[in-house]
Amino acid sequence: MSLETNQKPQTEEEKKKSEMLLFLSSSDEKEHFLSKANRKILKDPLDDNNPITVQVLGICSALAITVQLKPAIVMSLAVVFVMAFSNVIISILRNSIPSRIRIIVQLVVVASLVILVDQILKAYAFDVSKQLSIFIGLIITNCIIMGRLEAFALGNGVYKSFLDGIGNAAGYGLILIIVAFFRELFGSGKLLGYEILGHKGVTLAESTGLYALGYEDNGFFLLSPMALIVVGVLIWVQRARNRKLIEEN
Amino acid sequence: MDLINLFVKSIFIENMIFAYFLGMCSYLAVSKTVKTAVGLGLAVIFVLLITVPVNYLLDNYLLQAGALSWLGSEFASVDLSFLSFIMFIAVIASMVQLVEMVVEKFAPALYGSLGIFLPLIAVNCAILGGSLFMQQKDFSGIEGAAVYGLGSGIGWFLAILAIAAIREKIAYSNVPAPLKGLGITFIITGLMAIGFMSFMGIKL
Repeated sequence: MSLETNQKPQTEEEKKKSEMLLFLSSSDEKEHFLSKANRKILKDPLDDNNPITVQVLGICSALAITVQLKPAIVMSLAVVFVMAFSNVIISILRNSIPSRIRIIVQLVVVASLVILVDQILKAYAFDVSKQLSIFIGLIITNCIIMGRLEAFALGNGVYKSFLDGIGNAAGYGLILIIVAFFRELFGSGKLLGYEILGHKGVTLAESTGLYALGYEDNGFFLLSPMALIVVGVLIWVQRARNRKLIEEN
Repeated sequence: MDLINLFVKSIFIENMIFAYFLGMCSYLAVSKTVKTAVGLGLAVIFVLLITVPVNYLLDNYLLQAGALSWLGSEFASVDLSFLSFIMFIAVIASMVQLVEMVVEKFAPALYGSLGIFLPLIAVNCAILGGSLFMQQKDFSGIEGAAVYGLGSGIGWFLAILAIAAIREKIAYSNVPAPLKGLGITFIITGLMAIGFMSFMGIKL
């Protein structure tokens, strides 16, 4: 439980009450659960402070699993879970972790959560777990998680850290899903496995939908370099819209 | 011969960055100048070279199903492979700490120039990725694991060296403002990855 020295409640009762408050809302004042500041923590990572396109965190895993939409969605959910709870746990422990060994402590907390996710996926969604192969394991070293633990959870209360975790993981998932959407649509003409552009037969006569008009899939979108280029273009679009994000050099 | 094949394959064909996107975060963050890129690249080679064989031993004599049979026949059915993430990351974190202390003691100049990058290697996905791929590839001996670690480290080093050189040059080019910095780096990396794809299918 978090203990802050600047508050000195007189009676036992009051002390317990304020500790409870501290535990929930972290800062020294009572705050509405979705106050403006908290909403900002939740919303900022979706655009202005997006973990992938602005903070440059968590790119490693983001690119390799975006060939299809389904693994991308599963990956986003896994990251939401791991991030929210690792942020909460580190935030609870933040005053008792010696700063010299904090990286190892963080890695152990994250690794335990990832093992949990990995085992659950293996039990209930084996196909997806096979597709994601080592990338579930790599959530441990996903810099987005370490980055937020270092930058936020170590200095903020439990509830705020929880929101920060959800917000950043959602921002990460948003980019993942956008990239996977384009790659699956153009690469294989499907979304979530459904053939939305029509069915491609062996000959033109057997095809339906767009394929009957002679449309071909762009197999290049299935290869890994295209993921980088799609993210590059995405960054371009975002910064053209939101000019304050433009870098000097 | 197999080892040479594996070595070349891990550098070029299965390049950590261009084929698997591992270690992208530090690759993008530290590639602004060639000098720091070289420092980080060397450190990555070194850490991969040590951690992959160590994790190989750990995997084969402790974690895999039946790996504990050297302790006695009653342990033959134990399967600890679900612990591999936490064991690997613990080995990597402690190795990085060890390397940091050794470098600080015996090569203070190098330590000064590497600075913050040394501890950051612990969370470089390429390192953990190397160990996890090693586990998937199921090498028959420790020398395979060592060569694989060295090769993937060198591949990563070449990639970060190349992008740092390109970024130093591109500072003088007229890139559209919203694409400057991160955006153009992504697109260049994509183009370089297309180049690296031409190594696909080469067998020695």
